[in-house]
Amino acid sequence: MAALFPPPPGPRFVLRGTQSPVNTLHFCPASQALESPLLFSGSQSGLVHIWSLQTRRTVAALNGHRGQGVTWLKTLPQGHQLLSQGRDLRLCLWDLAEGRNTIMDTVQLDSVGFCKSSVLAREQLCWMLAVPGKGSDEVQILEMPSKTSVCTLKPEADAKAGMPMCLGLWQTSSSPRPLLLAGYEDGSVTLWDISERKVCSRIACHEEPVMGLDFDSQKAKGVSGSAGKVLAVWSLDDQQSLQVCKTHELTNPGIAQVTIRPDHKILATAGWDHRIRVFHWRTMKPLAVLAFHSASVHCVAFATDGLLAAGSKDQRISIWSLYPCP
Amino acid sequence: MDPALSAVRLTVQEAIHTLSSSEDVGHILSTLGTLKRYLGETENPTLSEKEEFTTTHFSAVLRCLVSRLSPGWLELSPDGQLEQLWESFFLDGPPDQAFLVLMEAIESTAGPSFRLMKMARLLEIFLSKGRMAALMEEQCRPQTKPSFPLFQETLLSKVVGLPDLLGNCLQQDNLTQFFPQNYFPLLGQEVVEALKAVVNFLQGGLDCSVSFVSRVLGKVCIQGRKKEILGVLVPQLTVLTQDSCLWQRVCWRLVEQVPDRAVEAVLTGLVEAAPRPEVLSRLLGNLVVKNKKAQFVMTRKLLFLQYQHTTPMLQSLLGYLAVDSQRRPLLIQVLKELLETWGNSSAVRHAPLEQQCYISKAILVCLAHLGEPELQDIRDELLASMMAGVKCHLDSSLPPVRRLGMIVAEVISSRIHPEGPPLKFQYEDDEMSREMLALATPGPADACSSETGGPSLASVVTETPVEIPEKTVDSDVPSVQPQGSDSELDSDDEFIPYDMSGDKELKSSKEPLYIRDCVEALSTSEDLERWEAALNVLEGLVYRSPEATREVSVELAKVLLHLEEKTCMAEFEQLRQRALVAVTVTDPERVAKYLTTQFYGVNYSLRQRMDILDVLVLAAQALSRPRSLQKLPQHGPPGCGTLCAPALASSQPGNAAAPDWQVVVEERIKSKTRRFSKGCPQRELSGGPNEFNSVAGYFFFPLLQHFDRPVVTFDLLGDDQLVLGRLAHTLASLMYLAVNTTVAVPMGKALLEFVWALRFHVDTYVRRGLLSAVSSVLLSVPTERLLGDLPDELLEARSWLADVAEKDVDEDCRELAVRALLLLERLKDKLLSISSP
Repeated sequence: MAALFPPPPGPRFVLRGTQSPVNTLHFCPASQALESPLLFSGSQSGLVHIWSLQTRRTVAALNGHRGQGVTWLKTLPQGHQLLSQGRDLRLCLWDLAEGRNTIMDTVQLDSVGFCKSSVLAREQLCWMLAVPGKGSDEVQILEMPSKTSVCTLKPEADAKAGMPMCLGLWQTSSSPRPLLLAGYEDGSVTLWDISERKVCSRIACHEEPVMGLDFDSQKAKGVSGSAGKVLAVWSLDDQQSLQVCKTHELTNPGIAQVTIRPDHKILATAGWDHRIRVFHWRTMKPLAVLAFHSASVHCVAFATDGLLAAGSKDQRISIWSLYPCP
Repeated sequence: MDPALSAVRLTVQEAIHTLSSSEDVGHILSTLGTLKRYLGETENPTLSEKEEFTTTHFSAVLRCLVSRLSPGWLELSPDGQLEQLWESFFLDGPPDQAFLVLMEAIESTAGPSFRLMKMARLLEIFLSKGRMAALMEEQCRPQTKPSFPLFQETLLSKVVGLPDLLGNCLQQDNLTQFFPQNYFPLLGQEVVEALKAVVNFLQGGLDCSVSFVSRVLGKVCIQGRKKEILGVLVPQLTVLTQDSCLWQRVCWRLVEQVPDRAVEAVLTGLVEAAPRPEVLSRLLGNLVVKNKKAQFVMTRKLLFLQYQHTTPMLQSLLGYLAVDSQRRPLLIQVLKELLETWGNSSAVRHAPLEQQCYISKAILVCLAHLGEPELQDIRDELLASMMAGVKCHLDSSLPPVRRLGMIVAEVISSRIHPEGPPLKFQYEDDEMSREMLALATPGPADACSSETGGPSLASVVTETPVEIPEKTVDSDVPSVQPQGSDSELDSDDEFIPYDMSGDKELKSSKEPLYIRDCVEALSTSEDLERWEAALNVLEGLVYRSPEATREVSVELAKVLLHLEEKTCMAEFEQLRQRALVAVTVTDPERVAKYLTTQFYGVNYSLRQRMDILDVLVLAAQALSRPRSLQKLPQHGPPGCGTLCAPALASSQPGNAAAPDWQVVVEERIKSKTRRFSKGCPQRELSGGPNEFNSVAGYFFFPLLQHFDRPVVTFDLLGDDQLVLGRLAHTLASLMYLAVNTTVAVPMGKALLEFVWALRFHVDTYVRRGLLSAVSSVLLSVPTERLLGDLPDELLEARSWLADVAEKDVDEDCRELAVRALLLLERLKDKLLSISSP
């Protein structure tokens, strides 16, 4: 039967030159502020590289984390402001407009963990930020850019959830109440209602710490990957309670990140087994196993036009073009 | 003498006189009319007078008519009355005489002429009016007068030889009706008509003999026209014999009466043409039991002496033997003899593969027909011949022969021990093995369906088109179902999954980083994961650090050569081989020396010795290639191209092997780029020096030294001929790879001597190796050196090659010999073209 399927494709192109393992990736679409689409990569050496997808070269390298690894990158909707989180306990806000590469503001973090932050844009100049908090099991919510702390979300003491490992802020289009999905060290995924500061629902879907999650608010379904062998798909019903719909067993344990493509058709996982896996989002049918990297893949990111980027410990960023968006 | 009869004679004489001299139309017509009365149905001339005319005078009248034939004579009566009357004598009179006179006249008439064409046209009409059937019917009728054997003989030869005779006489002007491909089907049809008449006579209580028809049939078949005549005859007889015992008896009689020397041709034709065993049984009856000659043809000649027949024919032949209880002992006898031949080691060695295949098929068909009790009776004999046969089949150096042995043994053992644990060999499934196994399953359902369906001609014709749609429906079902279950609502078709077979479990990283670590891990390590990891990375390590490898090359080669599979690694053999090749390429002189001495060492298995040979060839191939190509991961031989890309990529991180897409891109660029300078793209590659040059001797000569000196565990000229075959092939490859090297000439000389010593070896595989060795000598040694240094060897080789090309039993051997001869021929042309200007 194997002969029926085409062999997996190779990458469209490969970006080399970070000279350090790539921890995080983020696509920035072309907007009024930027003429060409860009890719941001954060490396373990503390640099943020900005790649032009047209020339396939670095446009600039931002050095703002004092040689400590960059764990998370995100542009704000305006397009010329970049958030970067580093292991130096700082979250930097960069101004990239008109070729400037300067730090506008920083937020001091209290957690030394690997938890990536999450951001939710609410209005033009007002956005909400979820960062790991001071206590090891806390999540702190900040109102930006004023940096005022809205609240601190702390699971009940008897839950023994452990550290938060990954965060996802979102809100439904119908109600303005912001919600937070957090994956914890004990393998559970928790849904927080931020305005009421309470846990809406909690499911234990993994045996191992949750390493990455992504949520599709249209279908009210999300997916999470852990250090174990299982990929879990869960859904959210009208009573705001989470339920596991489906699990998928992987060949090798360890998922560093899970990302659903913006058009909600497919999703990709970054595997510790050096491979990128692509699934059909609705059916979770495996579509491809991309074996290109020679070390753990740390991150996967999708561009709005469907381009897939993966960054790996082998210091390379591979760019793939699979199942093009219609 | 009867006065009435002498009156007839007088009338005829008078008429002949008139006809030959008179020019008066009225007179001629009236004379002919008088004669015509003797042929008519009227009462006027008495029956005895008619008979006298037809038996005694008719031929004379016809001859006279023929002699008068000319355009002027026919035009004497302008309304064509004369011509009509003239023709009617030939078409209405006794057919045998008319036919003979016609043929005689055609033969004696020279050149293209009016008369010849007229006769030919008349013969055509004669044929188309069914007179040939009448002729044969006449011969089958109870003979009232003593028959003349000579007359029948002449008639027979004319009937059968008609196409040849006509072809010779008419040359370019021959009529299509007389072409053999048209005439013999017509004759077949006429035979059916004649037989119908015979059946009618028999029903009417008359005695008949079909011997003339049998002789016609026999003669036609001997002349090699059995397809044409039986192609018409058999389908009709199939239908006619279905419900009628009388027809069956006529058929049996027809075949029985065939003269001995034609029995083989007729029976072969019938077996070929009969669609099913039941039909054959209806046509032949118990002929094999009654007739010795037929028995010989059916049970020996068609099975043991010939092997070109198709499988369906085998099935209907053996099925025929199985249908009737009287013939079943013959089937058992046949099975025993077949097994005896099958288990005969000399037959296995000398018979061509096709024949072995044929005999194996026959055995399987026999087994399918025989029942449990019959097999139990001869169980011991079967077992004995099976054991002998399996042994000599498995000893063969040709994989197809080995596989035949396995398949047949499996089937036999499953039939004689149906309850015991099944004998099971490991062999690759291919078309042949599937076909053979299908033969072995008894097909009663199949036989029933075709029998109950009623083998009328119409159903025979429609059977095939009916079955085809059924089959396609069957094959469609599995492909339809998954689609139906898979496509839920919207189109998932855009998401076609890629091949995910490469998704394997990742091994923990215990990879050694240095060659010495690898050697240690492979030779002593108890940690199996480390052992596997070491084997996985070894090839890459060797190529990356040639210096370090040279320090331990022989030791490493030794470890690898003795390496045994400790775990179930998927690609153990390939990894080990590739590593050995890498070591040999890195340090050719020392490792090749080591390996070639070990080849004749004492404590090695055949497998290891053959591994040595393979490694030497692959290493030589890698060495003789330009450096730039070696970087590519294609060290593998052309045969074992199952290199696994992911495994290779993981074994060499960093300098990743060029993945498929790069190759694809390069191919595409190559196909789109137009290059003016080069004709053949391969020329460009061979730019660098041949690194095999300096070391070819180390690879080659030690292998030749001891082949005729057996040691206790290794006897190349005795039982270990498989290795000898491999050795011959290896030497041929090494010779070929040594092209353009300085040692090519002594190598060629030594190799030709080796070939000469073994040229009459009985094993096919060895001979193939020797033949390719000769070819590679011709390819690798420069032309002028060949002629200067090896003229005698060449002459000897040439006569041997010519002999093999003509007489060898193996098809591949013959082909290889022809190729070598062609190379020699080309060499000659080249020399001539050099010397002539």
